[in-house]
This record gives sequence, structure tokens and C-alpha cells, in this order.
Amino acid sequence: MQFVIRFLVGGTMVLIFAALGDVLKPKSFAGLFGAAPSVALATLTLTIFADGVNYADSEARSMIAGAIGFLACAFLSCQLMMRWRVRGAYAALAAIVAWFAVSFGIWAKALK
Amino acid sequence: MNKAGISVDFSALARTRWYEFAIRFIFGGAITVCAGVLAKKYGPSVGGLFLAFPAIFPAATTLVEKHEREKKRKAGMEGDNRGRSAAALDAAGTAMGSVGLAAFAYVVYKGLPLTNAAIVLPVASFVWLLASFVIWKLRKIRHRL
Repeated sequence: MQFVIRFLVGGTMVLIFAALGDVLKPKSFAGLFGAAPSVALATLTLTIFADGVNYADSEARSMIAGAIGFLACAFLSCQLMMRWRVRGAYAALAAIVAWFAVSFGIWAKALK
Repeated sequence: MNKAGISVDFSALARTRWYEFAIRFIFGGAITVCAGVLAKKYGPSVGGLFLAFPAIFPAATTLVEKHEREKKRKAGMEGDNRGRSAAALDAAGTAMGSVGLAAFAYVVYKGLPLTNAAIVLPVASFVWLLASFVIWKLRKIRHRL
């Protein structure tokens, strides 16, 4: 049951922020909402209720590394599309690799 | 359009098809479940990384590129380059937003041991928006100089 609630809350939060990004202009401003804390708000709220504040606090600490990974991912994707004219889907998927490398790199060096 | 150059165009929602909303909902829900499962299996330290996983980023980039390409083709123009540029601009915005996301996580990390979560989460969300907006605005000013 907890998974169903997580799925519904997370999906709804992502949908709301994505819809906000759809209606806003210019594109560079709308893009800010691509990195909205939608999954984090859903997860942290549910985690605080289920597992307590300390557990959620540990998650937030690691999330800093994840966010830096996200920065690397979005930057690389932008460069691939802008400079090398790579298609959006391929650029974004390639950049996901950068997310894993940077996030887990910081985690292994500083947070493990 | 206001002084900051930001405008709202609700007709963009009408251009989005139902399955495009469904894709975002499913990806968003799935990563929220995955973050929970990974936290339970490997601990909150690993699970926390996935609170900032770019789950809908590939889908969003593809949709922006596709919508812009279709818009230009309807107007009788070649839409590939325009679509790619729009997607690249969107990704640049996402990169700026992710700096705000790191600020969000920092505020939650420092704030949760000190005060109520009902205060920390809204404040952190505001910090995300403010930090993202300031970076976006500074970049805009730099480009104008």
C-alpha cells in the first residue's frame, strides 16, 4: 500500500511541476521546472511520516550530491545538443550516464 | 509578459497529448517508488541520491524538441534545428534549476534537525525557486552585456 501511495504522490507532484514548465515562457525559464524538487518533496514528506526526521535528513544530505549530478547531466545534454547537434533523446540519455558518474563519485568520496 | 520577461501560455497544455502527461506521471511515480526501495535496501545515504535523479529529463527534452519541431513544420519551416535549440535552452534552464535543487537539499539537511518539517519543506522549496530564478536572471543580464 505504501508503494501505491508513493507512486501516486510522486507522479502527481512531477505532473504539476511539469505542467508549470509547459505553460511558462521563455524556454530557459521553463527549464528551471525540469529540476523542481517534485520527487524530493513527495519522498521526504512520506519518509518523515514513515521513518522519522533523522532518516529523511540522511536522504537530504545525499540529495546534494544527486543535485550536483543533475547539474552535470543537464549541462552535458545542453552542450551535446547545442554544439554537436545531437538529438534531444540521445543527448539526455547520454547525460544520464554523467548523473551516475558524478553523483556516485561525490557519494563515494565524501558521503559514504 | 512582465518586467522579468516571463509569460504564461496556457495553450501549450492543449498541445500536450494525454499520453505525454501519462509518461511524466508514470516516470515520476516510478522514481519515487525506486528511491524508497533503494533507501530500504541500501540505506538512506544511497536512496537520497535518487531524490535528484533526472527521471523525466529525457522525456521532457524529447517533448520540447518534438513540440517546437511540429510548430515550425506547421508554419512551413524546417523544424529540426529549431526543435534542438529549444530543447538545448530547456536543458540550460534545467541546469540552472539543479543549482536551486542543491540549495533545496542543503536547506532540508540543515533545517530538519533544527525545526519542524512543515516549516523546513516550504522554506526549502522557496529557496529552490529563489536560487533558480536569481541564477537565470544573472545569466540573462550577462548575455545582454
